[in-house]
Amino acid sequence: MKQSSFSNKYLPYILLLPTYSILVVFLFYPAFESFRLSFFKVNPYSGAEKFAGFYNLIKIFTNPDYLSSFVLSLVFAVSVVVGGLIVSLLLALLLNQKIKGAKVYRSLLIWPYALSPAIAGALFNFLFNPATGIVGYFTGMRTWMTNGNTAMFVIVLAATWKNLGYNIVFYLTALRNVPRNALEAAEIDGAGPFRRFFSITFAFISPMTFFLLVMNTTYAYFSSFGLIDILTEGGPAGSTNILIYQLYRDFFVNSRIGYAAAESLVLFMLVVGITFIQFRTTEKKVHYQ
Amino acid sequence: MRLTKTKTTGMHIILIFSVLIICLPVILAVIISSQTETQVLAFPPKLTFSNNWAYNYSTAWNRIKLGRMMFNSAFIAIMVTAGKIVMSLLAAFAFTHFVFKGKQILFFIIIITLLLPVPVRIVALFDVVRGFGWINTYAGLIVPFWASATGTFLFIQRFKTIPSELVDASKIDGCRPMQYFFRVLLPLTRSTIGALIVIEFIYIWNQYLWPLMVTNTDKMRVVQIGIKMLMNAESSNNWGVIMAGVVMTMIPPLLVFFVMQESFMKGFALQSEK
Repeated sequence: MKQSSFSNKYLPYILLLPTYSILVVFLFYPAFESFRLSFFKVNPYSGAEKFAGFYNLIKIFTNPDYLSSFVLSLVFAVSVVVGGLIVSLLLALLLNQKIKGAKVYRSLLIWPYALSPAIAGALFNFLFNPATGIVGYFTGMRTWMTNGNTAMFVIVLAATWKNLGYNIVFYLTALRNVPRNALEAAEIDGAGPFRRFFSITFAFISPMTFFLLVMNTTYAYFSSFGLIDILTEGGPAGSTNILIYQLYRDFFVNSRIGYAAAESLVLFMLVVGITFIQFRTTEKKVHYQ
Repeated sequence: MRLTKTKTTGMHIILIFSVLIICLPVILAVIISSQTETQVLAFPPKLTFSNNWAYNYSTAWNRIKLGRMMFNSAFIAIMVTAGKIVMSLLAAFAFTHFVFKGKQILFFIIIITLLLPVPVRIVALFDVVRGFGWINTYAGLIVPFWASATGTFLFIQRFKTIPSELVDASKIDGCRPMQYFFRVLLPLTRSTIGALIVIEFIYIWNQYLWPLMVTNTDKMRVVQIGIKMLMNAESSNNWGVIMAGVVMTMIPPLLVFFVMQESFMKGFALQSEK
């Protein structure tokens, strides 16, 4: 860090004290405890603990419901991430052109960022529900939410819709930093718009793409809880029961504390894995300014 | 780049079409919130405004004590946002303007927190908060969220772009670190603070899982849970009342977003300038 610095022995620690007190009590200790508990059997009433080794992990990974939840979370996350990034990049590219009213379009396209997954759930519930859903009326199909595959499609749609604004904001920021002279030089050399996009723009926005990849994956895995709870409650027949919903049910509804702790350990491994992949790919391939 | 007229028209058409699609669910919600139960059930669907506003909005407001929930959500969002901004400003100041032992490791610890979102520690976090006697209290909804890696990184980025001559000059003037922080640094950090206010207010207002777990009384519930309660309380087809509730709960974060939009965009632009 290149700033000129003040010399003071204690002040920096005093400045950091509030942040680290919160981190220790509410982040590191609970994380450590959660991981520890995933190797214990816990009595939900007395709180008594008994060491159980890998019992919980084996139990959840031999449970077909959990395995199917694992797979459909993956399907959900990949769809939300890929669909969301492609659509938002296209819209950001349009917004980045010099056209009249670009700012107004920008506002009108990014504001759903301020809405919650729960609100998205309520809105899409209204659109797709079997009884009064307007989409059901116009498509002549009333079974959107009663069929597992189409219900999955609807939650993907709702989650993607809600997060478009967020992605567009970040892509716009990245697009602004693409050097104009490089694009103009390429144009003079006779490179068409597609060529220019793939050989210049794409390289410059790839760090942002990787950042958004991670943010959208965690969004799909964690933040979509409210959306699921209001739109499908994991149904029909478990077809939208993503991992975070399963974890909530095991912990809060069924009081299976050991299972829930093991499931949160699995989620942690997923986060670590995604972040690791991001760091590796960013180091190797990505073009930095 | 030069654009031909047909191209521009084409882009306008695509953009208007996208705006319509993106806005449609909310426009429909507003329309439905003006209709009676019979109109909502009409066949074919009625897609125009009606005059049942007063009934729908007052019913939604009273059915689930929405006023109290709005207050709770707003109070929690403001307190968390304020706490996060203060703590991350101080932490970023320490990291950028001081040399001290353990700096690297302490910074590394902040990066690690990115790997620990609420769901991966929820089982024990719930125990900790219950141990403090914080179930159904504002403290349980506010304090665990005070530390912010996002905020710390954002402010570090901002502080680094401020010319170091300012620090040198202040030191010559005999300015103490905290005087420099309040008089020089803070005024230059406004748009980053604005960006963080938008991000954090919306993030906390929209939270669902944690408030669902640590509150169970009507007095302490927040608006997001209120939407679910409203859907359960209303007869399943009275979408007019439900949509009235939905519209009301989305107004505060939208207000924050639109009022502070410029500094939000500016804060991000600064962040990636390096």
